[in-house]
Parts: sequence; C-alpha cells; structure tokens
Amino acid sequence: MQTVDLAIIGGGPAGMAAAIGAHEQGIEDIVILERENALGGILNQCIHNGFGLHAFKEELTGPEYAERYIRKVTELGIPVKLGTMVLDITPDKEITAVNPKGMLHIRAKAIILAMGCRERPRGALNIPGTRPVGIYTAGTAQKFVNLNGYLPGREVVILGSGDIGLIMARRMTLEGAEVKAVVELMPYSTGLKRNIVQCLDDYDIPLLLSHTVTEIIGRHRIEGVKVSAVDENQMPVPGSEQFISCDTLLLSVGLLPENELSMAADVSLSPVTGGAVVNERLETTTPGIFACGNVLHVHDLVDFVSEESMLAGRNAARYLQNPEPASRREIPIRSGQGVRYTVPSFMDPDTMDEVLTIRFRVNNVYRNCYICLYFDADRVYRRKARILTPGEMESVVLKKEMFTEHKGVSSITITAEEATNA
Amino acid sequence: MKTLTCINCPIGCLLTVSVDEHENQCIKGNLCKRGIVYAKAELTNPTRTVTSTVRLRNAAVSQLPVKTSSPIPKGTMRACMLALKYIEVSAPVAAGDVIIENVCGTDTDIIATRSMPAITDLHA
Ligand SMILES: Cc1cc2nc3c(=O)[nH]c(=O)nc-3n(C[C@H](O)[C@H](O)[C@H](O)COP(=O)(O)OP(=O)(O)OC[C@H]3O[C@@H](n4cnc5c(N)ncnc54)[C@H](O)[C@@H]3O)c2cc1C
Ligand code: SF4
Repeated sequence: MQTVDLAIIGGGPAGMAAAIGAHEQGIEDIVILERENALGGILNQCIHNGFGLHAFKEELTGPEYAERYIRKVTELGIPVKLGTMVLDITPDKEITAVNPKGMLHIRAKAIILAMGCRERPRGALNIPGTRPVGIYTAGTAQKFVNLNGYLPGREVVILGSGDIGLIMARRMTLEGAEVKAVVELMPYSTGLKRNIVQCLDDYDIPLLLSHTVTEIIGRHRIEGVKVSAVDENQMPVPGSEQFISCDTLLLSVGLLPENELSMAADVSLSPVTGGAVVNERLETTTPGIFACGNVLHVHDLVDFVSEESMLAGRNAARYLQNPEPASRREIPIRSGQGVRYTVPSFMDPDTMDEVLTIRFRVNNVYRNCYICLYFDADRVYRRKARILTPGEMESVVLKKEMFTEHKGVSSITITAEEATNA
Repeated sequence: MKTLTCINCPIGCLLTVSVDEHENQCIKGNLCKRGIVYAKAELTNPTRTVTSTVRLRNAAVSQLPVKTSSPIPKGTMRACMLALKYIEVSAPVAAGDVIIENVCGTDTDIIATRSMPAITDLHA
C-alpha cells in the first residue's frame, strides 16, 4: 500500500488552497485526488465574472481564478492524481480510489476533505405532476452550456433564485433562449443583488417572489408548469394559479455538502450545514481528518473558500508535525438568536492562533441590528450591521486577548439582535 | 421617473431618478455616495463585461470560456454575442490570448479565460 503524509480529496479551489497551505508549512509528501480530468472544481463551469474581488481585488471569471491556484500547485510540484475518484475513507485514514489504471489504496497520516457540494435534486422537492424530460438542476444546465456547448432548451422557467439560477437565467438568454420567469418561494431572493440586477433586470426577466411551482405538466417533454403565489406559511394561495408554458425547468434550490465519504470515515456531521462538525483548526471529530470549502459548509464567495482552506492546510501540517498535542479544551460556539450556524462549532483558546475568524449565517433578513459575541453571559463584542441576509456569509473575529479576562469561559455565543433592544 | 437598484453592497438601495423643473437630475433613496455614482453611470453609459464561450477544437472539452477585456456598452452586448457565435478556436490556448480584436468596434478585445492544452500535448 502506498503511504503519504497528506491526502487531499478534491482538486477544486478548496483542495488546491489546502495543498498550498500545507506545503508552505513544510509538508511535501502530499497528493491531491481529483475525479475530473482537470483541477479547478466547479469554477471551470462558472465562466461568469465576479470571483476574486476579496482575494485579489480584481474581478475574475471562475476559470481565471482557478488558474491562479492551478499554476501555484504546479509550480510547487504538488502531486495530483486526476481522473481519480475516491470511493472510501476509513477512520484510520486508509483511502480507496479508482482511476482508469485500476484501484488505488493509500494510507495517509492526515486527510483534508475538499469534495465540494452538490445541488439538491428535484426528488427532495415533491412537486406534483409528471416526470417528463427537460428538468435539470441549474448547475447541470451550466455544465451543458459552458463545457459541452449544448443549450438544454428554448423556453425556460427557473425555480429558486439562488445565484446559480440567476447566472443561468442570463446565460441562457444570451444564448438565445427565453427565460419566462424565476420563481422564488421566499419573499426575498437568496441571490446577490448584483446578480438580480445584471442577470434578471437587464433582460426584463420577471422574478416572482413568494411563488412556487405547484405542478409540472407534460408527457414526454415538459410542456409547462403551474405557478402559484404562496402565503406566509409557504402554502399555495387558492385561485392564484397561472400556467406558464416552457420546455425546460431549471432547479436552483440550494446546495448540499457532499459527505458520503466523511460518514464512512466516522466524521460527525452538523444537521444544520450538512457538513462536518469541526473545531477551530477545521479538524473533524476524527483526529487527523480536516474539512474545508463547500464540503464543510456552502460558501457564496470562493475567496473565503480559499482563505479557509489555506488554514485547513496549515493546520493539517501542524498536526503532522505534532499529532498528539497536550490535552485539549473544547469550548462550544453556539448559534444564538437569529443565527443559523457557525463554523467552527468548537474551539480551544489555548491552541488558537492570535485571531480566529468565525463564519456564520443568519436565519432571516435583519435590518439595523447588532452582531454580538458573548462569553457565557457577558457580551465581549458587538458591531452594528445595516442588513444581514441568509444569502451572505458573515464573520466575527475572536482575538486571543479576549480570553485573558475570561479564562474559565464555558461557552461562546453569537447572536444577531435588533438594534432597538440592544 | 426611473428606478434602479444599487448593486454596490448588500443593502441594495432602491434609487429613484427624477428630473426637476430646471432639468436637473435628482437621485434619491441612496444611503451613501456610491449610489449616486452608480446611478449616474447606469443612466449615461451602462456597461457590462460579457462572458461567454466559443467552440474549441483539439482539446479535452469543446468550449473555451472567453470575456471582453473590459466592460462594453450594454447596447452592444447582443452584437458581441453574435460575433462569438461563429468563432472556432484550436487548442493550445492560453488564458489572456486575444480571440477577437476590437469586437464590434468597442475598442475591447475578446480574450480567452482558460488555458487549454492541445490533446496531442496531453498524450505526449
Ligand atoms: C454554479 C456555481 C456558481 C458560483 N458562482 C460564484 C460566483 O459568482 N462568485 C464566487 O465567488 N463564488 C461562486 N460560487 C462558489 C464557489 O465556486 C464555490 O464556493 C467553490 O468552487 C467551492 O470550492 P470547493 O473546492 O469547496 O468545491 P468544488 O469547486 O465543487 O470542488 C470540489 C472538487 O472535488 C472533487 N470531488 C468530489 N468528490 C470527489 C471524490 N469522491 N473523489 C475525487 N474527487 C472528488 C470534484 O470533482 C471537484 O473538482 C459558485 C458555485 C457554484 C456551484
Ligand atoms: S447606495 Fe450605498 S448603501 Fe445603498 S446599496 Fe449602494 S452602496 Fe449600498
């Protein structure tokens, strides 16, 4: 069996940044395992621009952003196995993979999970009606158009107003299709404002908020959908139904971390994010297995994926250099009022770096509120925010010095509170 | 009166633009100065970066992603897309290579955004 210090599963932006982070800390015996025939992950099909504004202060397209990291990985001489699909990981870090040359067994001293996420399929959605041809997830349509040059339809309805759906509304319009409507269940879009303006408003594509598809019609190929308004409990309003004819329905109803492998490795998953439960070093509940990028929690900006993943790489290096640190404290980081989840969900003030970024999402749209940080019942930090939306990841920074006055802290809580009662 | 959504931050102020009796433009609804700058640009000369693909031969995938090297006037986007429709490129290509010079007289080039080796190189 082949052995390696660090195996990285997935060669998207997360896997590449993790490899670079570990390499910078002196780890050279690395392998990146990627099932596609190219590095870059989902970025290869995201040909639109808007990547890298935070990391490079430039607007790059997905492939351009990926290429910066591909070049770095190549320059550093980090070994990559393309066309290699990982099938299994055991808790003691034995990896089984397959590629055109056959089966591969690798024993790693540390593993970084960077498998990205997948789109929620329609099965999870329970729309009544038939199951005709012409229904795709937005990401699948994106792959067809941008990598294979094949337009999946001419008259399109999009369910869900996440960024991928918005981006595809514009893309299909520019390629000559007619996008009849984007239908969103919630009273707000989870997509970026900029995408609503530049992908929908620019082309006069209607965005139907508080609406949903209530029936799919068509025998072989989809012929149309019924769309209804919904009330505040997200139940269809009787009598509001309208028929929209279409030959294609795109689903953009959210992403789920791809964690089958993590489960095989005994990694505990968070029921909220669908990703691994990690401490401040991005280490999962299985020692020596780390997670970063979209497999950990769904990110909207790749810049933060890269940042988080560099950290995972550095921490994996630290683990390899000292696999059994002194006893660890695990202080839980709780999602308080208004907060849906935090990453990490545990931390240790003794082993943390000088600063630790905690990323989180809120569970609703909040205007004029405070982001607060509590050590037990004491508020140690707060910051005003004009608007918080579930679609945009937020962060607060923990500083080591905050703990000097709170040595015995037993839990940390993050909240989003209306300004009036703060 | 016209309305616009400012895209410079997640607040997304709804900007209303009206013209007063002295023919002066009056922009309201912005919470900060960037909203005014944005509305003025959108009203006088809205521009967008076009990203698309062109056909690619001799490579592992059949499409090469491309973009305009800088934003072009919104009104020229359709013509630009049409110009891309019949282009075919052969690998190898490097990101940044000019695919069409001065597309539709916009003084902007269409450039490749991904490097693609030729299939023959891959097997070498
Ligand atoms: C359609 C779409 C549009 C987006 N638009 C934007 C945008 O405009 N701006 C922005 O900043 N961000 C955008 N993002 C977000 C950004 O692209 C992602 O956050 C980022 O790509 C996540 O990186 P990752 O490495 O975690 O995952 P991925 O890019 O998905 O990479 C995961 C990699 O792991 C590989 N893999 C998975 N399982 C296995 C296995 N078992 N064995 C081997 N390899 C495996 C996959 O093949 C893939 O290459 C978008 C995301 C999507 C999906
Ligand atoms: S005007 Fe200012 S505050 Fe309002 S959306 Fe634009 S940038 Fe944000």
